[in-house]
Parts: sequence; structure tokens; C-alpha cells
Amino acid sequence: MTTTLIEPEDPPAATPVPINAPKRRWRPSTGIELGLATLYLSFVVIIPLAAVIWRGLGLGWSGFWAAINTPEARYALVLTVVASGIVAIVNAVMGTLIAWVIVRDDFPGKRVLDTLIDLPFALPTIVAGLVLLALYGPDSPIHVTLAYTQPGVVVALLFVTLPFVVRTVQPVLLELDQDMEQAAASLGASRTTIFRRVILPNLVPGILAGTALSFARALSEYGSTVLISGNLPMKTQVASVNIYNQIQNDNPGGAAAVSTLLLVVALIVLVLLTLIQRWAVRRG
Amino acid sequence: MAEARSVGLPPTQSRWAFRLIALVYLAFLLIIPVGLIFWRTFENGIGPVWDALTSPDSVHAFQVTLIVAGTAVVLNTAFGLIASLLIVRHEFRGKSIFNKLIDLPLAVSPVVVGLALILVYGRNTSIGTWLGAHGINVIFALPGMIIATCFVSLPLVVRELVPVLEEVGDEQEQAAATLGASPFQIFRRITLPAIRWGLAYGVVLTLARSLGEFGAVAVVSGRIVGQTQTATLLVEQSFENFDTGKAYSVAFALAAVAILALLLMTFLRPRSDR
Repeated sequence: MTTTLIEPEDPPAATPVPINAPKRRWRPSTGIELGLATLYLSFVVIIPLAAVIWRGLGLGWSGFWAAINTPEARYALVLTVVASGIVAIVNAVMGTLIAWVIVRDDFPGKRVLDTLIDLPFALPTIVAGLVLLALYGPDSPIHVTLAYTQPGVVVALLFVTLPFVVRTVQPVLLELDQDMEQAAASLGASRTTIFRRVILPNLVPGILAGTALSFARALSEYGSTVLISGNLPMKTQVASVNIYNQIQNDNPGGAAAVSTLLLVVALIVLVLLTLIQRWAVRRG
Repeated sequence: MAEARSVGLPPTQSRWAFRLIALVYLAFLLIIPVGLIFWRTFENGIGPVWDALTSPDSVHAFQVTLIVAGTAVVLNTAFGLIASLLIVRHEFRGKSIFNKLIDLPLAVSPVVVGLALILVYGRNTSIGTWLGAHGINVIFALPGMIIATCFVSLPLVVRELVPVLEEVGDEQEQAAATLGASPFQIFRRITLPAIRWGLAYGVVLTLARSLGEFGAVAVVSGRIVGQTQTATLLVEQSFENFDTGKAYSVAFALAAVAILALLLMTFLRPRSDR
């Protein structure tokens, strides 16, 4: 409990109690704080994002369609969605397996491994790209060259999304009551049955939440794919890189249209995520 | 065979298989690549690395990165404290929307962030023109880079503080209020000490994210060498210019900071979770 962190020798200031102390529950003041927080949120997040959507939809329906239907933009969007889908599926499987190994298995170096899982979140994305090029670049020491290829893009996305599923499944697995598994085993259930009927149903909300998060992140990823993709339009160019190029080519309208579509997909994923979480809470 | 009977661990065979698959996957995705970059950086000894890191453009890039990340951390920490207190301790209209909007930056591509800021604060916009007339350039200058960094790291402090504040409860704050403490006294003496580890964790996360921001800053900075070039931009530029020695050296410095942040986080984590 964090409450215990309050030092006992640090009591509130001993101001005498006012005689006409208010009877109602004390509340910190709201007005100014709420105003400041909303103002900050507006100028940093809300107004800029609204401007993107405004600009994108401002092209009109046919203009918007034309902007996202150029061969390059369409290719980039399809590649992004397909690559993110592959990344989400691989993460669902490998993330669950890694979480399982970290929680249920025991071997030397396990704690270090547990810490290292978070490294992709802490590492700058451009460094992540450089790191992958060191192993899978043109002068690969293991002679596997993924640079400037679509698998290279997928590997970069797998790198940056690695922690999501692991970190959503791990706590569930830790708290999972092993009595149920033992009961199932004593009733003669096979290990596959126990996993499928007892363990997996408990993990599903966590796996889905982590998968949705990694899908959303993969959709929007930019930095890690820049170096390894080589930015080849119609081959390895993902949506974010396409947007970047359109900004550089002074085509903010086209960039805004592709951005709007990307934002909409991300929002759908976030809504799905909220629904998954509600469903998980209802199931207890 | 005793192991095979205990339910906690799968039978030895499949346990080894799972362990092997997990370790090979992590080795080829994470451990070997990261290890390799350390090796590549120091291939020719420590001298060239030091020279690359102390060259004028590197030093300048680190300075810009520190200014941008430092300002963003201060702003987002202040916002995080205020917003999380509002969310946990208050009821107000639109609270659930306010709460959801804070999470939004996590789902937005950094490049879209850059575009969004150009569309609002760029030189051809009404806000940009007005600010420009008052001598403030946002885009292709530090203010834009700071706003971009604030955007991408905005939810991190709030998301750490909300659960901590919920767990702490407000009994002590209520007690202090009944004893006549002012809101500021309550915050400084009761709330802040109770949430300090969660706050520290959120600040480290924000700092790591801010130091490493690339896409949003790449768009709004205009990448003016010697002016708005941050460390991450320098990594890319050096790599594109075939100056791989410098790219690796700066990337190594950034990776070292990231690993340091990671260690700090594992140190802070159990405290804030207890």
C-alpha cells in the first residue's frame, strides 16, 4: 500500500481549527485547475488533431477519396494494415508464450530477461531501426538481409510492439489460481485440455487487449521503419512514411487525408479495446 | 518425473520447448541486435566514439534534445499532477471525455502529430501568423518541437498517477482539511509524499519517451543542422550520410540513457506497486 509511505513525523500543519469550519466534505478547488488542464490539452492535442481532420475532410468526399486512392497512398495503407495484422497475430502467440515462460518457468537470467522485455519501449525508435539494421542490414553478420524488404518492416514493428502482450498477460498469469488447474488435473484432464479449458479463458481478455494495443502502435509507427524500409514507395513505404513524404512535398491536404484515415482506424481499435476491457471486468 | 506431475510446471519436454522458442525469438529480435550495436560502436575502440560524441554538431544536438525533453517533462509533470487529481478527486461535466482525450496521443502516429502542429501553428495559419507577428516562431523552431514532444508523452504521468491516487484514498487529505490545512499544505504534505514513487516512475517514462522522440520532431523541426537538430535526428542524418561511426556513437549514447531509465524504472516499480 502506498499509504504507508507517508512519514508519521510529517503531520499536517498545526493550524488551529476554525470555529466555523465548513461541515461539507473538503474538496480541492476545481475551477482554475480544470481551466488550465483543458487549455493545455486543447492547444497541444485537441485543436491540432481537429485541424488534421478538418483539413482532410475539407477536401470534400471526392477529394478525400482521390487523396487516399493514389497508388502510393493506397499501397502504403494496405501494407500498413497487413503488416500490423501480421504483427498483432505474432505478438498474440509469442507474447503469451514469453509471458508464460517468464511466470511459470525458472532459469538463470530470467529476471534480466523480464527487465529487457521493456527495452523496446525505452529505446528511441530511430535507434531501434539502427539496431535491427546492425543484424539484418546489408552487412548482416548472419547473412540474413531484411533491409528494404517487407519482412524487414514487419521485424521492425515486432520489435517496437514486443512488450504489449507480454505485459498484459503476465499479471493475469501471476494471479491465476493454480488450484483450478490442479483440480482439473486430478479429475483426469490432459495438459492440453487444462490449457484450453482452464488457463486460456482467463488469459483471453489480456491477450486481446495487448494485441489491440500492438496493432494500434504498429499502424502508427514511424521511426523504427524509416531506416530498415529504405522508404521505397509501392514496396516498403508504410502509411506514416507516406504522410511524411507528402508533408515534405508540400501536399498537406493529401497528408491530412491519409492521417485522418489512420486516426479513424486507431480510434476504432481504441473503442474495441475499451469494449474488451468492459467485457473482461464483467466476467470478473 | 516428479516435475512432470506437479501442475505448476508443464512436463519437462514442453517446458524446454517453450523456453527455447521464447529465448530464440527474443535473442534474434532483441538481444543480439542490441548487443551488436554496442559491439559495432566500440569496434575501433573508445577514441572515435568520444570524438564523435564531442564533435560540435553532436554536442549541439544533445543540448537541443535536453532543452526540448526537459521542458516537455516539466510541462507534462505539472499537467499530469493537475489532471490526475482532477480525475480521481473530482466530479465535473465531461470528465469521461477529458479522461479519454488524455489517452489519445498514444494512438496517434508521430508524423500525424507533426502535421497537426504545422496545420495549426504553421506560418500560413492564423495562429501562426499572429504568433509570428509577436516574434514567436513555433514551426521549424524550439517551441514547435517542445509542443510535439509534450503531445507524444502527454498521457504517461497521468496514467501512472491515477491508480496510485485511487489506492491512497483521500482520508488523510480530509483529516488535514478538517484540521485547517490549506489546499497547498495538503498537497505538499499529504498528497505529494504519498504519490512520490508513482510520480517518479511517470517522470522517468516521460523523460525516456521525450529524449527518444523522432517522427514528430522530424516534421516540425525542419531539421536545420546546428539549430533544430536533436540527437535522434542526428542519428538518422549521420546514417543517411554514410557516417555510420557517428550514427552508432550517438545511438549508443541514447541507448545507454534508455537502459539507465529502464533500470531506474525497475527500481521504482516495486515501490509504486506495493
